[in-house]
Amino acid sequence: MTDGRRTGPMRWMKGMMLKHMPLMITCAEFESFILAYLEDELPARERAVFDFHLKICRECRDYLAAYRRTVEVGKKTFEDPAAAVPDAVPEDLIKAVLAARRT
Amino acid sequence: MVESLLKTAPAAEGRDAEEDELIDGVVAGSESHAERLVRTHIGWMRAVAFRLLRDDGLADDCVQEALLNAFQKIGSFERRSRLKTWLHRITVNQALMKLRAMKRLNEQPIDPLMPEFDENACRIEAPWPRLASTEEIVERESVRALVLSKIGELPDNYRIVLMLRDIEELETAEVAELLEISESNVKVRLHRARSALKKLLEPLLRGEAT
Ligand SMILES: [Zn+2]
Repeated sequence: MTDGRRTGPMRWMKGMMLKHMPLMITCAEFESFILAYLEDELPARERAVFDFHLKICRECRDYLAAYRRTVEVGKKTFEDPAAAVPDAVPEDLIKAVLAARRT
Repeated sequence: MVESLLKTAPAAEGRDAEEDELIDGVVAGSESHAERLVRTHIGWMRAVAFRLLRDDGLADDCVQEALLNAFQKIGSFERRSRLKTWLHRITVNQALMKLRAMKRLNEQPIDPLMPEFDENACRIEAPWPRLASTEEIVERESVRALVLSKIGELPDNYRIVLMLRDIEELETAEVAELLEISESNVKVRLHRARSALKKLLEPLLRGEAT
């Protein structure tokens, strides 16, 4: 039904509501609070406003869920030893370091 | 720069006698202690350098420089942190110097990967009928490789902030100091890097990837 890009009266009304009603923030403002929210740096009032936007805005809810998943996936991917370099350190590198130290 | 970071590092919990002996030996000029230090730490240092530089040859150069740097300075290492923490900072700093010398930390555009909003500041985001779990994404080797290559597609000046904060787990203040940018700039770059990566990983996250 909605492809997320649809412009129309409903989207327009949502935009006006978020922009003008008390205790509401626009999606663009929501965006700028995300990092502070996730790092638990938002004062209680801002946090409540952020949480309320999350309740009423499908787009931001979906976006934040995918954003959080992205961070998790990134961290988990690097926990895999194969993501690092081959674990056998070449002996000549070790020798080169020790030789350079002597000079 | 690295020294000033270490001053703010929390005191190490309970010194490790073996580590103290190793450091004392290196400071006294013992060849066998130096070799032990290299053999103990070079593996993970190389992994850190490779994660940041994405090139085997550069990573090896970086590790060599970092270790020589460490040998030069170890006499003034105050031992308020673990040796590993100290070497980690030196390695990261050396990698950043290489990136900087290659102009890879210069400002690069990331706009095409940023989230979109309509004229009323409402987010444009296609519905997500399904969000793949972290486990199902990372369980396959080929998919993990794809994630790594997508991270590699991020512009270096954003990628490096994501790596230092999310993967190397440095504090915002440390990253700001190492990159010589403000803390708020670190936060902005971290957020943009994660948003851009979300965009790049979308097919995977939607469970559509092959
Ligand atoms: Zn929203």
